[in-house]
Amino acid sequence: MNGVIAGISYRALLGRRRIWLLVLLPLVLLGLAVLLRWIGEAGEQAAVTLMQTFAIGTMLPLLGLIAGTGVIAPEIEDGTVVHLLSKPISRPVIARTKFVVAASLLALFGAVPTFAASYLLVGSESGIAYGFAAGALAGGVAYAAVFMLLGIITRHAVTIGIAYALVWEGVVGNFVPGARRFSIQQWAQTVADQVSSSAFLSTGITIGFAAVALLVVTIGAIVWAGHRLRGFSLTGDE
Amino acid sequence: MRIELAQVSRWYGNVVAVNDVTMTIGPGVTGLLGPNGAGKSTLLHMMAGFLAPSSGTVTLDGTKIWRNHQIYRSIGLVPEREAAYGFLTGWQFVLSGARLHRLPDPEDAARKAIALVEMEPARDRRIETYSKGMRQRIKVAAALVHDPQVLLLDEPFNGMDPRQRMHLMDLVTGMGAAGKTILFSSHILEEVERVAQHIEVMVAGRHAASGDFREIRRRMTDRPHVFRIRSSDDRRLASALVADPSSSAVSLTGQGLEVQAVDFRRFTRLLPRVARDAGVRITQVSPADEDLESVFSYLIDRSS
Repeated sequence: MNGVIAGISYRALLGRRRIWLLVLLPLVLLGLAVLLRWIGEAGEQAAVTLMQTFAIGTMLPLLGLIAGTGVIAPEIEDGTVVHLLSKPISRPVIARTKFVVAASLLALFGAVPTFAASYLLVGSESGIAYGFAAGALAGGVAYAAVFMLLGIITRHAVTIGIAYALVWEGVVGNFVPGARRFSIQQWAQTVADQVSSSAFLSTGITIGFAAVALLVVTIGAIVWAGHRLRGFSLTGDE
Repeated sequence: MRIELAQVSRWYGNVVAVNDVTMTIGPGVTGLLGPNGAGKSTLLHMMAGFLAPSSGTVTLDGTKIWRNHQIYRSIGLVPEREAAYGFLTGWQFVLSGARLHRLPDPEDAARKAIALVEMEPARDRRIETYSKGMRQRIKVAAALVHDPQVLLLDEPFNGMDPRQRMHLMDLVTGMGAAGKTILFSSHILEEVERVAQHIEVMVAGRHAASGDFREIRRRMTDRPHVFRIRSSDDRRLASALVADPSSSAVSLTGQGLEVQAVDFRRFTRLLPRVARDAGVRITQVSPADEDLESVFSYLIDRSS
């Protein structure tokens, strides 16, 4: 961790208009929860469905994309990353710092609103709120690492990230059961399922597999990101 | 400190950007001169640890530069692109650099660096409000904040007004005189000539010439020059010119005379005298090959 790099990264992500992208989705989630309560549909099933489809299924990958690529990709794009890289600081430390920034933003804008919205709907019933908060946290951390790596290895990180979230996790994951084993979203739901005792929530993956997969993917992405930064090249216009 | 390049090449796919370059950059100011696209940035990026040589080695006092972040204790880099966070003030930007270097007194170092580039009046404004020249200066301040032994600048004078340019030139000259190793790239001969004691010339990825700027200047002026001359009587002037050994070829063209001068100095003194003696009025003398490209290509032809 490097405090100076973290400080600059937080300012870059929160100081500009990007913060509205991070705030908007949690606001929609909370708004939906308030709406469901207001029309009297705030049951356990509604809560689980909202969390599965919107909080974990939509909001989390999008926030992951914004924060994960946002901590590094714009700096690589405009060349400012050279200011950080031309210092006697090991590149893996820079990668880890960027990851911590992205992960903390996902905890704040992903996991906390998820907990608040589900608590608003069902209180502490069946541990749903705690389950989805834990799931969102675990999934958010993994998304942060993966999308940060994507932001380092390709200029098309956002496009590829959206394709992954929509096509792979959304479509393929819904129709091809085998693909669900390789989806951050499904792992996050498995964590939620493990913590919560709700009968409306069930996933086809064991917690053992999901936990190991989350760890491997997160740590692997951070290590790879550090490695790629060590070999960071400036290619001139010539 | 010395940066040494030994048989360094860099290629991108089939395109060779830098071709078998061997050079040593020692203390003092060195200018890396060459037309756009000659491989200057590629070379500079390899010296700064931001590009791996495809073959050969780039070292700083014997230690490998690529994938070695410790070199940045000794190297300061001013990249060509506007690499500065627009949302930070100049002060915050330079201070962040001092902190990233873990200097014992980052505030003091940042203050000195900003004073060095005379940016105190604007230090509390956000960088996005700066002019191009001011951004360039704040980048120089950030690169100098840890008082590096080696300073690498990629086209540093681009976008600066004459006063800023003079100031940076003085700064660079002073640092060179103090024994620092300074390398800057430029495609403008006059810039290089004013600041650098030593010049390395790159043309089309190859190391075309190396040496003292006077030496290179002389080689550039002593090359054969081609002039285009219009006069009241081209044919008579041609016969008078070809009689003197300073011109090697004279041809009559539709646009006037084309004269190849082998001895530049002698020819420029001879031409008016010959014209006067022959009673020919000269209306126009223009160099046909004065652009930098042809000067450089002459150098590379000679060196190979």
